[in-house]
Amino acid sequence: MIEILSNLLHNFYYLIAIILFVIGFHTMLSHSNLIKKIMGMNIMDTAIFLFFVSIGYVEGGRAPIIELGQDHVYVNPIPSALILTGIVVAVSVTAFALSLIVKIYQHYGTVDAEEIMRIRSREV
Amino acid sequence: MEDLILTMIVRLILPFIQIYGYYIIIHGHLSPGGGFPGGAIIGASMILFALAFNLKEGSNKISHDTSTLLESGGAFGFAALGFLGVFMGSNYLSNRAAGFPLGIPGNLISSGMIFLISIFIGVKVASTFITLFFNLVEGKTHD
Amino acid sequence: MRQLLVVIFLALIANALIFTVVEMPPFGSPDNPSNNQVNQRYVEKGVEETGSINVVASVIMDYRAFDTLGEATVLFVAIAAALSNLKAH
Repeated sequence: MIEILSNLLHNFYYLIAIILFVIGFHTMLSHSNLIKKIMGMNIMDTAIFLFFVSIGYVEGGRAPIIELGQDHVYVNPIPSALILTGIVVAVSVTAFALSLIVKIYQHYGTVDAEEIMRIRSREV
Repeated sequence: MEDLILTMIVRLILPFIQIYGYYIIIHGHLSPGGGFPGGAIIGASMILFALAFNLKEGSNKISHDTSTLLESGGAFGFAALGFLGVFMGSNYLSNRAAGFPLGIPGNLISSGMIFLISIFIGVKVASTFITLFFNLVEGKTHD
Repeated sequence: MRQLLVVIFLALIANALIFTVVEMPPFGSPDNPSNNQVNQRYVEKGVEETGSINVVASVIMDYRAFDTLGEATVLFVAIAAALSNLKAH
């Protein structure tokens, strides 16, 4: 038990990433407003970015801007470079989802998922 | 609605935001930053302008055709820069292997291809933000 | 009822993920499996091979420039899809 707790405390960046992920997932599942669902998805994205970037940290490391002729420890540049792609994909998905929501609002007059389901069931 | 304080503060602060964005783009190979964050800052400055003044004023500053052209041009320029490496006898998007001059590491004009690519990416990201914002806000009214 | 189901589901997920965190290698240790020879190669030879002192820039725009090209394509396709969606009648 003590070992588990000390491991958790030592890895608290990962722990916080997981808490953020669960918060975002809860927002997506429990709200029926579509805009709030998008917000929850963005929180989940941020949790994954935090998790991935914190994997690359090296104890006592500096940002990977090389100072020529000096011997420093640098953090791992690869997770940062990969996460840049992830951020761009998150922005793209958010933009497309927002445009879909604009169209849904123009068609149904609401952004509430349950309301839309009710309207659709009435139409059938 | 025109608010005096808001418009004056935005008028004051906007040049500094844009200069900071350009700085981040052209120093992408020397300091943290690069095309993506710098382009996002420039796009955000235009969004701030449109929010503080008016949507019409904002789309007068940069028209739809211009921003669409810049966006396609940024993506195309990036892809076309890659063929420069092929013409110089190496692989697509290669830098040192194609014989580009790398310069002295640490100078502003250095690192050959990286400098040019980050400028194209900055143009593309900035115009993407602007196009997306204006079209999302305007909706169907504009053709 | 639905809230209760959501909370139970999320508790299960959080439980699994937290026990994964317990088994993760220690945070910031230089012996982590993520700090392998690829990373060392980029940090040691990056300046010499690309001329850029920012290693992240040299990774995304030289070593993995194809990745960035795909990224630009993703952005382009996303905005094209969003615009065609917004302008549709």
